[in-house]
Amino acid sequence: MAPPAIEIDGLTKDYPVGFWRKRMRRSLDHLSLRVEEGEVFGFLGPNGAGKTTTLKLLMNLIFPTEGTARIRGKSIEDVQMHREIGYLPEQPYFYDYLTGRELLDYYAQFFGYDRADRRNRVAKLLELVGLTGAANVQLRKYSKGMLQRVGIAQAILNDPNVVFLDEPMSGLDPVGRREVRDVILDLKQRGCTVFFSTHILSDAEMLCDRVAVLVEGKLQGVGAPKEIVSFEVQGMEIMFEVDGTPVLAGLIDRSRKTGSRYQLEVPEAELFHALDQLRDANARVFSVMPIRPTLEDYFMRLVQRKKDKAPPPAVEVATR
Amino acid sequence: MSAMPGIVAINTFREAVRDRVLYNLIFFALLMIGAAVFVGQISIGIERLVIVNLGVSAISLIGLVMAIFIGVGLVYKEIEKRTLYSLLAKPIRRWQFLVGKYAGLLLTLLVNTALMTVGLAGALYYVGRPFVRADVSILIAIYFILLELALVTALALFFSCFSSPMLSTLFTLGIYITGTFANDIRSFGDFTKNRAIQAMTRVIYYMLPNFHNFNAIAMAGHGEAVPFALVLQNTLYTGLYAALLLVAASAIFSHRNLK
Repeated sequence: MAPPAIEIDGLTKDYPVGFWRKRMRRSLDHLSLRVEEGEVFGFLGPNGAGKTTTLKLLMNLIFPTEGTARIRGKSIEDVQMHREIGYLPEQPYFYDYLTGRELLDYYAQFFGYDRADRRNRVAKLLELVGLTGAANVQLRKYSKGMLQRVGIAQAILNDPNVVFLDEPMSGLDPVGRREVRDVILDLKQRGCTVFFSTHILSDAEMLCDRVAVLVEGKLQGVGAPKEIVSFEVQGMEIMFEVDGTPVLAGLIDRSRKTGSRYQLEVPEAELFHALDQLRDANARVFSVMPIRPTLEDYFMRLVQRKKDKAPPPAVEVATR
Repeated sequence: MSAMPGIVAINTFREAVRDRVLYNLIFFALLMIGAAVFVGQISIGIERLVIVNLGVSAISLIGLVMAIFIGVGLVYKEIEKRTLYSLLAKPIRRWQFLVGKYAGLLLTLLVNTALMTVGLAGALYYVGRPFVRADVSILIAIYFILLELALVTALALFFSCFSSPMLSTLFTLGIYITGTFANDIRSFGDFTKNRAIQAMTRVIYYMLPNFHNFNAIAMAGHGEAVPFALVLQNTLYTGLYAALLLVAASAIFSHRNLK
């Protein structure tokens, strides 16, 4: 049986803090996860949850205090493992004296491709991320969004089996976000495993087969977005417009007004009664939508619950 | 050894060129032109001595400034700017990265020194002195400067693996100055007749790199032959010492958390 794409077993990271660096602060607490081949896996959590720490541990940029991890059956300490993966760091920064084309060519050399192969790969990738026109411009003249795109290109230039993306949508405009989403979907179609951290929950909901939620270094839950959040209808939202009428005073008091329109939330059982009232008052109804909990609701509930339980933002775990 | 360090080295050289590091050559060229014109007018018979002393000293000083100030930032800059994160996600080991950065700076220093040497030869030619066999000592003096720079770069790289550029500069410069006076420090210890001081100065003498033996400017100025044994000794000494420093730097850097 093929090993899982990513297998994390009790990964823990403590950082020394304080002037004498004798106190330890736990950034990641016994994280265990399995991501199967071909999955798009979302790694969610608020700032400081330990998402970037996890990715850095997997990339062997920092070393675990406890625990191990394997990628496609290879230890994260095995440098050969890096032939099969791609990585986009958070807020990537590259050699700004190089052009986009030179940067990709430089990185491609580490995989041993010959000159002709590198030239083809780089040209294709630049086209994929929409940077063909800026291929010969030095990176110091790139915008944040362009740097993010070249970052994604370098992460997939070796046709990796597993791609790690740390906040890939960060700094991108809606068009750029759409393009990154397309790249992730394209990678999935090719059978690539994508592990990405994000705080943009709509993206995770749209793209991920499964997500994991991390808060203060601890795993709170793993599963398909549909499993994690209940998709039962929690109420109905009605958008309407009406010329001032005392008949609707009760409904209008419960509504939010945006411009000339009212937004009213009612329990599902009261929907038809509310619509009858609106019809009697000659109101113009624009939409009636079911209200479902989102991943964001789930996420916010988790974060809030955690805050209520543990007042300090970080847990000091030990002293030396 | 794989090709990985070579890839990093070429990129490090390209960085230096694009960051206009080689612009110092303009300063050196102006210095040589000025010296050739000026010395030709005021000195009779000692043009060679003045030009060689001035030129070789300038080559040494400029190389030293480059080796220290670029060397201390070689690793630190990559960590601070986080360019290292995406690089180390490629199939390259940390020691290969370090060796590549070291070789890249050495290549930069080599090209820079070679171009300055051509400038020095031009200045000597301008003052109307034909090249003679004894001028080989100038080339050997410059070779010693390159060896010295290789050691200083290794020191700067070693310190940059665990401290800030400011501290690395202080440590490297401090060791360079101490190493230049290594023989004097040992003689001082022997002169005191105090066993504790003698032991201390001997430890300094043997532990720190000895830069005293790399200075052949006076011999080059006077056209004296440099003993082959000294060339061999300096070459082996630099190779061994720099290799030890690189091994130590790799050991430290391989266990460093890149926050």
